[in-house]
Amino acid sequence: MSLLEVRKLSKRFGGLLAISDLDMTVEEGEIRGIIGPNGAGKTTLFNVISGTHKPTSGDVFLNGDKLTGLRPSRIAGKGGVRTFQRSAMFSDFTVLENVSIARHLHARESLFGAIVGTARGMEKANEGRALEILEFIGLTAFKDELAPNLSHGHQRALGVAMALATEPHILMLDEPVAGMNPAETERMTDIIRKLRDEWNITILLVEHDMKTVMGLCESITVLNFGKKLAEGVPAEIVSNPEVIEAYLGSEDILGDDDFAA
Amino acid sequence: MSAPEEVANTGLASATALRRFAPLLLLAAVLAVLCVLGFELRPYHRELAIVFFINVIMVTSYRLITTTGDWSFAHVVLMGAGSYGAALIAKHAGLPFGVVVPMAGITAAIVGAAFIIPLLRTAGFGFFIASFAMGELVRLIWVKVQFPFGGTRGIINIPSPEIVGLRLSPPVPFYFTCFIVMLAAVFIMWRLDRSRIGNAWKSIHSDDLLAECVGIDVARYRSLAFITGAFFAGIAGALLAYRMGSIDPRNFDLTTMIYLIIWVVVGGTTTFWGPIVGLVVVTIAFEWSRPLLEWRPLMFGGVLIFFLIFLPGGLESLFPKVGNALRTPPGQQFQRLRTWFTTFASRT
Repeated sequence: MSLLEVRKLSKRFGGLLAISDLDMTVEEGEIRGIIGPNGAGKTTLFNVISGTHKPTSGDVFLNGDKLTGLRPSRIAGKGGVRTFQRSAMFSDFTVLENVSIARHLHARESLFGAIVGTARGMEKANEGRALEILEFIGLTAFKDELAPNLSHGHQRALGVAMALATEPHILMLDEPVAGMNPAETERMTDIIRKLRDEWNITILLVEHDMKTVMGLCESITVLNFGKKLAEGVPAEIVSNPEVIEAYLGSEDILGDDDFAA
Repeated sequence: MSAPEEVANTGLASATALRRFAPLLLLAAVLAVLCVLGFELRPYHRELAIVFFINVIMVTSYRLITTTGDWSFAHVVLMGAGSYGAALIAKHAGLPFGVVVPMAGITAAIVGAAFIIPLLRTAGFGFFIASFAMGELVRLIWVKVQFPFGGTRGIINIPSPEIVGLRLSPPVPFYFTCFIVMLAAVFIMWRLDRSRIGNAWKSIHSDDLLAECVGIDVARYRSLAFITGAFFAGIAGALLAYRMGSIDPRNFDLTTMIYLIIWVVVGGTTTFWGPIVGLVVVTIAFEWSRPLLEWRPLMFGGVLIFFLIFLPGGLESLFPKVGNALRTPPGQQFQRLRTWFTTFASRT
């Protein structure tokens, strides 16, 4: 059984068919990239899988469980969590508090427990795990800093840390290296690779930076106008005439030397 | 260790101890003063204090709901649900005070639960207007329905409060009853505010989509905040019903709701204590302005506009500034004042 299975998925916004009749499977332990020209439906696909948007038709399964129609919080509970293109964080809180709040699923507290304070032991364990995650992501030095005071690269890393705090099976990263400098990009790719190798988390990522995608992903799905255009290992994708056709004229992809070669 | 060093160290230790225990000392002092005042106040001022305690529960429970980012316009009506609940239960079931008050809270919580189900579909300004409409709907039911709500005349002859044979209705016992209920309510809400549940509420205000995606069931937690707030508004309503002996729909109209908003806006909602500070300041201003009775609505309108424009964070946003000023040596303060003045002068 595949970890993630998308069956005949469609999403319509008024007259626009953002995703049309899409079939896709992701196996456990993969690092899967999703690419495609602007407006191909990549982010919409993420929104539908994570529950932010409801599909017009079709279904999504995670570990054989049907996710369709569930709220994002329930999907997170089943092990599917996504990050955002923007720097999403809880602005009034410190870095450590942000990660602690994101441990919500593993730190259930009753109203009564909150009032009498029975959850201290659990909160200790929680904070320990949050610190572990920050250490791994490389944000330990900033743990007591207010989240909005972090640099752009660190804020994006915090987004990944918060997603990890939910203990996911599959992590969906929406343009994880967008707006990062080369050093930050390098660090983030490293983190993503370790997440798969050491934390056994399956990765699904949308990214525009072709160098990162080609270097990181073992398999790639290409979307165009909401349909699957091609799927395969990076070498196949690069030499696929249909893919080249779809990207023609798009300067940020075909203009890239790595890709043309 | 040399002697002066030792002195410096103990000095430092006591300074940090002072900083840690200063809020506790302040709280203990306030509580002690309020206990003494219970006996010493003149009747009129004791009445004021009782209303003040009831209002403390109102502002604190209102602030609890605003931590999720939902500004409700139905809170006073939920208080009314508690008042009507208490009046009807006390009158017709003849239950004692100790049972009626929690039941009034539960009544308001049930009405709150009925409100929040449709309100979850709205946010921001939509929530504000929709909650107002729902509140008015309930208030109009009280106005129009004779049985059991008594229509425009409301409910009269609410039995006086008693607990295990003790009469609570004389001013001094009632002062302490309200004082204790207020302390319990505020303590519970303070604990909630600092708990994981409180943080979940605040995270929804900060970024509801992110909160949902990291596993916080936003609809559930918004409901929880609204219903908990309604419960405490109901408790406040029960105290009000017992104090007045009769209630009618006018007690829970728009004017009261607007005052509640003024208290909260003047104090600010970021900190737990902000709304209470706002309530204290506005209550005092309200009493001082008694001679200017006709001008009062105009004045408070002006106050609201002033705070929204010049101090949108409320009085609480001044706390850190005052704290900093107290910690800075006077010489530096003078320097700062001079820089401020020169920049101000150069601007004009």
